[in-house]
Amino acid sequence: MTYVRPTFRHPELTKNKLGYSVDYYEGALSTLCAGCGHDSISAAIVQTCFEMNIEPHRIAKLSGIGCSSKTPAYFLSNSHGFNSVHGRMPSVATGANMANRDLIYLGVSGDGDTASIGMGQFVHVVRRNLNMVYIVMNNGCYGLTKGQDSATADAGSKNKSGNVNLFQSIDLASLAIELGAGFVAQSFSGDKSQLIPLIKTAIKHQGFSFINVISPCVTFNNNVGSTKSYDYVRQHIEATATIDFVPMHSEIVAKYDEGTTAHVQMHDGSSLQLNKLSPDWNPQDRLSAMNALQTAKAKGEILTGLLYMDPNSQDLHQMLETNKQPLNTLTKKELCPGADALKNINASLR
Amino acid sequence: MLTNETKVNDFVVRFANVNGTGSASANFLFTKAIFRMGIFVTPKNIFPSNIQGLPTWYEVRVSEKGYLGRREGVDLVVAVNPQSFVKDVESVRPGGYFLYDSSKKIHPELIRDDVTYLGIPLTDICSKEYTDPRQRQLFKNIVYVGALSALLDIEFNVLEGLLSDQFKGKEKLIPPNVKALQLGVEFVKQNFTYPLNIRVERRDLLGDQIMIDGNSACGLGAVYAGATVAAWYPITPSTSVVEAFSDYSDEFRTDKETGVRNVAIVQAEDELAAIGMVIGANWNGARSFTATSGPGVSLMNEFLGLAYFAEVPTVLIDVQRTGPSTGMPTRTQQSDVMEAAYASHGDTKHILLFPSTPKECFEMTAEAFDLAEQIQTPVILMTDLDLGMNDHLSMPLEWDDTREYKRGKVLSADELDQIQKFGRYLDVDGDGIPYRSIPGTHPSKGSYFTRGTSRDEYAKYTEDSDDYRKNMDRLIKKWNTSKKLVPTPFVYQQQKQSEYGFIFFGTSTYSAEEAMDMLKEEQIKIDALRLKSFPFNQEVENFIEAHEKVFVIEQNRDGQMRSLLMIELDSNPQKLISVLNYDGMPITAEQIVKQVKKNLTLSSTLNKVI
Ligand SMILES: Cc1ncc(C[n+]2csc(CCOP(=O)(O)OP(=O)(O)O)c2C)c(N)n1
Ligand code: SF4
Ligand SMILES: [Mg+2]
Repeated sequence: MTYVRPTFRHPELTKNKLGYSVDYYEGALSTLCAGCGHDSISAAIVQTCFEMNIEPHRIAKLSGIGCSSKTPAYFLSNSHGFNSVHGRMPSVATGANMANRDLIYLGVSGDGDTASIGMGQFVHVVRRNLNMVYIVMNNGCYGLTKGQDSATADAGSKNKSGNVNLFQSIDLASLAIELGAGFVAQSFSGDKSQLIPLIKTAIKHQGFSFINVISPCVTFNNNVGSTKSYDYVRQHIEATATIDFVPMHSEIVAKYDEGTTAHVQMHDGSSLQLNKLSPDWNPQDRLSAMNALQTAKAKGEILTGLLYMDPNSQDLHQMLETNKQPLNTLTKKELCPGADALKNINASLR
Repeated sequence: MLTNETKVNDFVVRFANVNGTGSASANFLFTKAIFRMGIFVTPKNIFPSNIQGLPTWYEVRVSEKGYLGRREGVDLVVAVNPQSFVKDVESVRPGGYFLYDSSKKIHPELIRDDVTYLGIPLTDICSKEYTDPRQRQLFKNIVYVGALSALLDIEFNVLEGLLSDQFKGKEKLIPPNVKALQLGVEFVKQNFTYPLNIRVERRDLLGDQIMIDGNSACGLGAVYAGATVAAWYPITPSTSVVEAFSDYSDEFRTDKETGVRNVAIVQAEDELAAIGMVIGANWNGARSFTATSGPGVSLMNEFLGLAYFAEVPTVLIDVQRTGPSTGMPTRTQQSDVMEAAYASHGDTKHILLFPSTPKECFEMTAEAFDLAEQIQTPVILMTDLDLGMNDHLSMPLEWDDTREYKRGKVLSADELDQIQKFGRYLDVDGDGIPYRSIPGTHPSKGSYFTRGTSRDEYAKYTEDSDDYRKNMDRLIKKWNTSKKLVPTPFVYQQQKQSEYGFIFFGTSTYSAEEAMDMLKEEQIKIDALRLKSFPFNQEVENFIEAHEKVFVIEQNRDGQMRSLLMIELDSNPQKLISVLNYDGMPITAEQIVKQVKKNLTLSSTLNKVI
């Protein structure tokens, strides 16, 4: 267990615009190992939803199987959640989203859950541009089955039992960009100041939002020689930009030097204010994003932050031209053609 | 031996064509004409797993008495595919007819002296009449339909009527088609004595019956039941279920001006994803379904276990085909009974429905949604290729406008407000069926975490053995409740009339009923029960109990339904005799009679020995 949450709360704990304090967004006590990166990501999700004044019941949490996929039990206990089967969260999220386009769909998965057993569903949910947030808690191993290498383990990385991974790793962020995801970011469980604005933007983005979060497994993959350990990640992390999420109708406060500032306008009036650390990178250009990722990789760096964004992509509902009114609210009146229509159908079959 | 006895409204015609040559619509024209003359008719497509080039057959049975099963013994073959001539000549019954394209001389070895040969130079006629190669090909089919109309006494104006219905809006296609029909008629008139001793005569036997395939009826049933999300992966013979759903959705669910749709249809990347989407949508309060065949059901197993254990309504249409594996993918069977009943790992059982007519396909699809939501579990509609892809006579489809969708125990925001503490898996009513809540319903009440992992009544994770067992026992209680909700079997006799009984289901029904008549003519009376669902209810148990011997008729090798009866009802295996056909063709009454009589004579000689 990562921490024992104090039961006493200060009565004047800060409340958000809805009148909820942050604990309203928490979940059950975590049963993950103390220090597990996944718990920090859960905390970032809690903080994000609190700060964004989201009604928890407007969120549906979905996951596959793994330590990472257990986390939806540990955040947002006032939201419905669905812990499905290993590698198949995308399909459940797709069906749920088709049924009700008005909720926010927050999918959580692991690197095993996404890059191995669930690779098929992952690439297809990206292609369909389902309007959801998809977070991979990436620790380079299968935590829940005791530390086997996953498909995101870097070639040459050593795990706790001393095994060196011989296979090339799958770079999920590059893949998502390649497949046309409208929002792709990378982050580190230990960097909440970066992760929270990224999740905020992901929630606001209309379409598929992907965040690959390096999230060390303290029990099986935090050793010397591992490229997913806390130490290794801290030493090799680089960011594309610092990022400020500016909600709709808010003033932009951060001021950066001319030339390093980038600004992305979102469909609902929110915007992103970026202070670019690498001048050649353009967040709205796929080629430039791919280039930045590959260049970082060649230098042995882990590139984090926003990688790519297309604020105007068409999501699956738009492509299928479904009703704006959620399908799960339609009744017999709208759905059933009725007995007279059936009489005509019968007549056409004689 | 030549039989010269005239047979009116009682014969089988078999068309031997090449796949992809446009024969399907001509052959359907033939069937429909007999239908419009008020006579029972049943066509069966026997087609290869191929798009173009391989042999394909279309068998049409005409029956004054109303028998709709397949019958052995072909009276007339229409052979337009030289590739299959040898087999086709063989298939004609002694005294029957072989109509063929005589543009090329037939090989002398193919001449049987107990068959009448009707050579029509179809290719020559069309080459002379048409210039466009495609037309030459297509109209060959229409020419033989014309010839058949003269040979079998089909009313010409009925054919004309069908053509004008078919080409409504494309009227200029009518005259060339009529012309092709006439070419066939003329040739017969000049060359043969007609009509043949097999022929049709107008009747009024059909009332207001319609002709439709089971898959279209299923797709329409899903529209009527209010399904809004369909996810699927193409597989024969199930594909046309979702295609029909999609076509009817274009008609009834799409705003004609804006194009906005009250439906979402997603072609998934595989069957795992398809069923996952269905589960996600149903969890979120929409009615959702998928259709597949045996291989797809195999892939869906893990998810079906989740839906069973997490209690998510799920509707799955299994259009069975000949397995195992790819088996004979375009042939029929009833061989997924076991796989569907117990799909998934751990202790799982699923509700199965067995339609036997298109009307039941329509009704039971609609009912599947009610049952899935009432019982909060997967419901699998077990149809098959024969029912799904062939056109069948059917009573008209019916819908009662006062019928409401039975959405089951779903809590509204108001109801949640009135509850002290919501327990997703609490057995409040004592029937094993808990209450569920849909995401987004209430700001602060009713949220819970759905999972396949064991949990307590409040959906809280637990590995406590007592909690786990209690939940599994409640699921069985729910199963028992479902016995009262699923459709009851159809029992043919009010009172017991025989020591022998038949149990059958689905498409075995047609031939089983005919077999009962045939046996009756030989003074062997049989009682019968048609299964419509699993779990079996008391009536099934009573029926087996009451009879000395029960023949379980089904279309698979292993007698799967017989096994299921034994497992679930603890029936005496000695009592249950399998009557089977598993060659990929629909079972026939002759096959049933033969197997039943063999068993009865065997046991009577045995009795004598004892
Ligand atoms: C069908 C299936 N196969 C295997 C498993 C066993 N299993 C559970 S979790 C897991 C790996 C999870 O790895 P990852 O997604 O990276 O999550 P982590 O525990 O590392 O957060 C496996 C293989 C399973 N639950 N289901
Ligand atoms: S095993 Fe690893 S991934 Fe799982 S909870 Fe422990 S630290 Fe986290
Ligand atoms: Mg992992």
